[in-house]
Amino acid sequence: MNPLDDLYRRVIMDHYKNPRNRGSLDDGSVTVNLNNPTCGDRISLQLHIEDGVVKNAKFTGEGCSISMASASMMTDAVKGRTTEEALALADKFSSLMKGEAAEFDEYEDIDALAGVNKFPARIKCATLSWNALRKGVESGQGEHEGIEQ
Amino acid sequence: MDPIALKAEFPILNQDINGHPLVYLDNAATSQKPRSVIEAVKRYYEWDNANVHRGVHTLGSRATDAYEGAREKVARFLNAASREIVFTRGTTTGLNLVAHGYAREVLKPGDEIVITHMEHHSNVIPWQQAAKATGATLKYIPLQPDGTLSLADVESTITENTKIVSIAYVSNVLGTVNPVAKIAEIAHKNGAIIVVDGAQSTPHKKVDVKALNVDFYAFSGHKMCAPTGIGALYGKAALLEKMEPMEFGGEMIDFVGLQDSTWKEIPWKFEGGTPIIAGAVGLAAAIDFLESIGLDEIDRHEKKLATYAIERLSAIDGISIYGPREDRVGLVTFNLGDVHPHDVATVLDTEGIAIRAGHHCCQPLMRWLEQSATARASFYLYNTEQDVDRLAEALWKTKEFFGYEPVR
Repeated sequence: MNPLDDLYRRVIMDHYKNPRNRGSLDDGSVTVNLNNPTCGDRISLQLHIEDGVVKNAKFTGEGCSISMASASMMTDAVKGRTTEEALALADKFSSLMKGEAAEFDEYEDIDALAGVNKFPARIKCATLSWNALRKGVESGQGEHEGIEQ
Repeated sequence: MDPIALKAEFPILNQDINGHPLVYLDNAATSQKPRSVIEAVKRYYEWDNANVHRGVHTLGSRATDAYEGAREKVARFLNAASREIVFTRGTTTGLNLVAHGYAREVLKPGDEIVITHMEHHSNVIPWQQAAKATGATLKYIPLQPDGTLSLADVESTITENTKIVSIAYVSNVLGTVNPVAKIAEIAHKNGAIIVVDGAQSTPHKKVDVKALNVDFYAFSGHKMCAPTGIGALYGKAALLEKMEPMEFGGEMIDFVGLQDSTWKEIPWKFEGGTPIIAGAVGLAAAIDFLESIGLDEIDRHEKKLATYAIERLSAIDGISIYGPREDRVGLVTFNLGDVHPHDVATVLDTEGIAIRAGHHCCQPLMRWLEQSATARASFYLYNTEQDVDRLAEALWKTKEFFGYEPVR
């Protein structure tokens, strides 16, 4: 597969054009607004966390296909998981971006993002939503603002 | 002029990127460097390097001559006097120097600073900070729908309370060429001074600070074939005399006492520390290079490319092109339907074409355009119609690539 097709797999374009979990939560207990000032991508992630479980996750934001598809997949992947499991997925995603982890069994659409690691300039696009998740889970209740470095 | 022959003078352009010959269209961010500039910097380090203004030895004299010779060259290039040229790190440093050393000395609460909605962050934030520090108000001249300024708006925004007007000669996003001489006239009529951000004009067109009658003019070397880290600020001698230095230390002093010191004459009082000597040498070589082609020739060539690019790109349906159609410079900012500009830039990169995607350090302007980001192709003297063809073809491909209906 040529690198471009590998970067923009059909499954990525599908998540980009038909994002899952786009919107906001009435019962959201955690909100994270994260932006990447160098490229202008931004995400607002809302999580409903109860008894250590991510009951629901929704996002709004603006960005390229990679960042928005990644947010769509991430929210889908962490719903119903404990916060520990969600953080473990975030770690696994970081490994995927370094070209390390081979398979994403927990949510196989995410495997499609493996091609991003061949485009160093785009890795930050893919990790934006996962960093928002990490920040949300670690900071807990309330609204949090952040800037990607 | 022959852009194909000129291209051969730029070693970096002779390479393949992702299996395709490089087409470099990110010149508004930084230009590439010709062999003559690279050689001049190399020769300086191999033969003349020493500190300036202090060595009694031969190398010290040669380095000083090279550095001060570069200042004379910049002065001639802008039609100024040598003492009116302060070497800086680039446009940002030049504008900050004025916003600190001049603005904070003269501004009082109730005074106004006037800029426009198309300014680069480096011509916005120094004024925001100066306004906060002095109690002055920062005002913006609005834009016309085509991204130009109307003189009526300029007239009504600049008032008798305005002390400083600061404006880009050329917009790095819209390509608009602002009527700087007329704006200078309006500023002066109201008793204000005019500062010009020359980052996007100096590399591409002949600039005469006397004919424009501007008070300060800042530019960067790296966008005009010179190394990074060197630029200059022109200031009218009387204003520079009034202006305070920002950096204190070696090189800029006259007499140093225990509690108090005095400064050198202009321009040296603004150049604390060992200056960017090799950069100045490179800038002088870049000016020689540009003048050997002719700035008017370069301007004409780039305008032709922009016109051709707008024509080719307009044929792609779903494309939006921003900025005026006439009186513009050689850059084209656009969006390709709903394809995000980062995705456009990535696809183009796989075709060996380098463009810029993002907010171009112009967040207020992006909000005016109601875009979070845009793509920009910017041309220079070594770009050709073939480069524009490659860009247009790659954009068609991008459109095809992103155009298909996703699987449900």
